[in-house]
Amino acid sequence: MSLQPADRIERYRAPVRITHWIVAISFVLVAVSGLALFHPAMFWLTNLFGGGPWTRILHPFIGCFMAAAFALLGVRFWRDNAMQQSDWMWLRKFNDVANNREQNLPEVGRYNGGQKLLFFVIIVCLTCLFLSGIAIWRQYFSEYFAVDLVRFGSLLHAFFGIVLICAIVVHIYAAIWVKGSIRAMTRGWVTPGWAWKHHRAWFREVTKGIQQR
Amino acid sequence: MPLQSLDIVRRSATTLPSPEVRGAHTGQVAKLIDTTKCIGCKACQVACMEWNDLRDAIGSCTGHYDNPPDLSENSWTLMRFTEYENPKGDLEWLIRKDGCMHCADPGCLNACPSPGAIVQYANGIVDFQEENCIGCGYCITGCPFDVPRISKQDKKAYKCTLCSDRVAVGLEPACVKSCPTGAIVFGTKEDMTQHAEERIVDLKSRGFEQAGLYDPAGVGGTHVMYVLHHADQPMLYSGLPDKPRISPTVSLWKGITKPLALFAIVATAAVGFLHYIGVGPNETDERDEDAARRELEKTP
Ligand code: SF4
Ligand code: SF4
Repeated sequence: MSLQPADRIERYRAPVRITHWIVAISFVLVAVSGLALFHPAMFWLTNLFGGGPWTRILHPFIGCFMAAAFALLGVRFWRDNAMQQSDWMWLRKFNDVANNREQNLPEVGRYNGGQKLLFFVIIVCLTCLFLSGIAIWRQYFSEYFAVDLVRFGSLLHAFFGIVLICAIVVHIYAAIWVKGSIRAMTRGWVTPGWAWKHHRAWFREVTKGIQQR
Repeated sequence: MPLQSLDIVRRSATTLPSPEVRGAHTGQVAKLIDTTKCIGCKACQVACMEWNDLRDAIGSCTGHYDNPPDLSENSWTLMRFTEYENPKGDLEWLIRKDGCMHCADPGCLNACPSPGAIVQYANGIVDFQEENCIGCGYCITGCPFDVPRISKQDKKAYKCTLCSDRVAVGLEPACVKSCPTGAIVFGTKEDMTQHAEERIVDLKSRGFEQAGLYDPAGVGGTHVMYVLHHADQPMLYSGLPDKPRISPTVSLWKGITKPLALFAIVATAAVGFLHYIGVGPNETDERDEDAARRELEKTP
């Protein structure tokens, strides 16, 4: 990896960025359609999908598509998301994290403890949503499952759907909160200062042996 | 009584009350099925398909008398036959007319996510309004009696309407009309309960000690009731549930989970908002860039 024109460090290459945004858009669609079918107060959202039956038809397909697209990201991100001792320490210093006191935190690699935690929460949620979703997918699969399993699947699907939505709200907020993060996912690069501040170990790793200018 | 069939008192997936002022002050309706009088002739099945213009596919013999073998979108009622050997060693042929029970507290209606796809009239009838149905099948998940079926053709849910259209104009359901032995009777729930009691006294006097009425309290009672010779063992009648009720899993899913979930999402977003206002964003400034530059310069 090299330094981009002068002051840029590449963080996400184009294929990763595109995949991320494919996942993001499908997530919005699947979450909105799921909420529409979950709570009567949000049933009106089915109008965005062409009505109730269309929402019912589309939701599971979008969900599967999102899970598949995320799997591509998951494979890429897997290695960098292994939890380490310092990540747990980082998570324990939650107070410093929330109050922007980076100087009190352990050095962070490519991802911090929060990002890694989110990564695994997403994996668990998507797995459970996929499995329970198959059981409650009436058109193709429900007849192969006992009704009690379908009932349990419905409850699990709702539960993990909500957990995932909350997790993504946190994810989106974190991106708004930590300035420069959104640019990393839209344009692909961060400034050396950003990398130094938020992911110092990763900064050292990618700049090793590179003399600036 | 007729207009009760037009007064909707409960609607699926609706958060505000339905019109409730006009109630069933002359009594809600009920259909009483006396299994002890049923001869299994299936006249009611034929009457049902005739009145409702339903034609199920012609199947093949599956080795027992049940025909068709199961309820379907085209067969809203069905005689289920059980050969039961009683403790005395005698064979009893237990025949039960299966179909929607028109629960006072319907699991299907509780589970349905589509506003107005399932309604309950003031007279107690639970009806599916297919034009509002989205075909998700949650009603199947919610029903304690395994009644609703989704059509392969149009992906809508169907089940017995208790001939709500006939009842609305003062007629009894088609099956009741057709029954040659008078095993199916229709009237107010009160009258039907009373009639059942007389039947039970009679049955007991004939040696059916355990005869009784099936009007399960777990679903708030039903608007289709059975007189059973063995009311202590409803399971004998092709698995009629002993103590049916809306599954606790379904109640949890359709109950507290809904407000809790909304709360969780809104609370998460609110915490983020307050954090941004209170603590503020985490920005990278010139000092960080300088520090990074210094660090880069000292790397060989
Ligand atoms: S028997 Fe099933 S379909 Fe009929 S009212 Fe009860 S829950 Fe609904
Ligand atoms: S399939 Fe059943 S639960 Fe789903 S919308 Fe239709 S009636 Fe309601």
